[in-house]
Amino acid sequence: MENINAKDHSHIKGWGIDADPKNDPTYPMRNRSKDTKGYNWDRPPLQPVDIEVLHSIERPNVTAVFGTSEPPSGLSGMIRRLAFKSSENSYGHWLPLILADRVNVVEGIIDDIKHGHFPNIFAEKGMNAEWKYNRKSLIQKVVIGTVATSAALLYFRKK
Amino acid sequence: MLAMNYRGPLRVRLDHKPMPEIQHPQDAIVRVTRACICGSDLHLYNGSVPDTRVGMTFGHEFTGVVEEVGSDVHNLKVGDNVLVPFNIACGKCTFCKQGLYGNCHEANPQATAVGGIFGYSHTAGGYNGGQAEYVRVPYADVGPTVIPEGMTLDEAVMLTDVVPTGYQAAEMGGIQPGDTVVVFGAGPVGIMAARCAWLFGAGRVIIIDQIEYRLEFARNYAQCEAYNFRSLEDPVVFIKKTTESLGADVVIDAVGAEAAGNAMQTITGRKTLMQAGSATALHWAINSAKKGGIVSVVGVYGPTDNLVPIGNVVNKGLTIRANQASVKRLLPKLIEHVQNGVIDPKPLLTHHVPLEEVSDAYRIFSEKLDECIKPVLIPPSAKL
Repeated sequence: MENINAKDHSHIKGWGIDADPKNDPTYPMRNRSKDTKGYNWDRPPLQPVDIEVLHSIERPNVTAVFGTSEPPSGLSGMIRRLAFKSSENSYGHWLPLILADRVNVVEGIIDDIKHGHFPNIFAEKGMNAEWKYNRKSLIQKVVIGTVATSAALLYFRKK
Repeated sequence: MLAMNYRGPLRVRLDHKPMPEIQHPQDAIVRVTRACICGSDLHLYNGSVPDTRVGMTFGHEFTGVVEEVGSDVHNLKVGDNVLVPFNIACGKCTFCKQGLYGNCHEANPQATAVGGIFGYSHTAGGYNGGQAEYVRVPYADVGPTVIPEGMTLDEAVMLTDVVPTGYQAAEMGGIQPGDTVVVFGAGPVGIMAARCAWLFGAGRVIIIDQIEYRLEFARNYAQCEAYNFRSLEDPVVFIKKTTESLGADVVIDAVGAEAAGNAMQTITGRKTLMQAGSATALHWAINSAKKGGIVSVVGVYGPTDNLVPIGNVVNKGLTIRANQASVKRLLPKLIEHVQNGVIDPKPLLTHHVPLEEVSDAYRIFSEKLDECIKPVLIPPSAKL
């Protein structure tokens, strides 16, 4: 193999312009002169908590700002509340959250239908793009899926 | 307003949602002009980030025009064209004070390990993101930066995440002149990391992926060597052989949880979620690094556990550096690099898609259709 280390790199725009022997050790690094050694900084004003905000038990409070999208609700919300009783260090936190996410998908479909909107799952999955750019593979998948399903149905019907 | 709406794994659509409101005196409301889909959005899209709630709007890479400011915002005014870093940072906590803007402690109540990120699940704060016509931007005096005159929106939107994350990946490698740098992952961030490795004086830059068109793009754009691991018997052995059996000085993991290349990792990490994503790239990075070398991690993993050869980290005396990019810290330098033409991020934006076609854009990016490197969404209100 060609020894690229011996090459002149002048053809590469900006080669070495940020080279700095002091960049080792490098970021992320602590700047101890600015480390407050405790939770005692001058906090920003606090966003009013007028929705349910779950917060990690690894911190004493809700942060000064927070997102307000989709507060916990329904069965998934109950599971999320349970999850937030355990720390981020525990499967008891993350596994229920993953379960809640899956329950929430079903709740989303039910909610859509309740509002008279039947979700167009093909469009939501971007199948138009698949049809436009990957038609052969899409047709192949549909054919294989249809054949496999038909075979399974026939098998069980004969049984 | 129109906004992307997450409905479940692999399902997103455009819906009408209420306009965002000022909820804190340091908030701004921004009318979005560009919003990218990031590789890390695909972790949400695939349903692998815990606490991703149905109804949320994704999008942490966006530019926009300030429409309204809270009573305690002093650096921005209505009408400013801004680029908005993906991390939400207060500027006051002990971490922000140290320049660790990706680790702010006042932006995410739900988790302490990660700061606040726009449109990135409740595990990252529960904020709606920028794949919409309008978005609420907290701490508007800290993160948002007025786009310099002459800079295009395509350049600006790439400064919200891809350029700083790629640059910091190289920076965290502590690259010294002549170093051999290996980058796993030829997605937008990996390609940018390879490009930036040269700025630190790398002697040789190698990028590894499995998607041929992306490798070809990386070869041309980052002027680096590019190899398909599918055509290598073992990527680690390949790196060893090409570095006189020693390994690379610096190895960058720019893949994260969606990595391919190892069946066991794929099954346990991506298919069954028994670990926090597939750690194949990190596994290879650790094993490809020279003894005493540095592994820089910008690939995103979930919050639970991953199978990596930690024993080799000990035995080889490796240094592992990792973080979400500290966008605000890096912006002054990177704006200069873009203005001087040292970094030209525009070619990475291969697909300009109307926001109305958000479902197709996710599919194109996720399935790597139409030789997509990176899509950017343009809301109908961008031209107001």
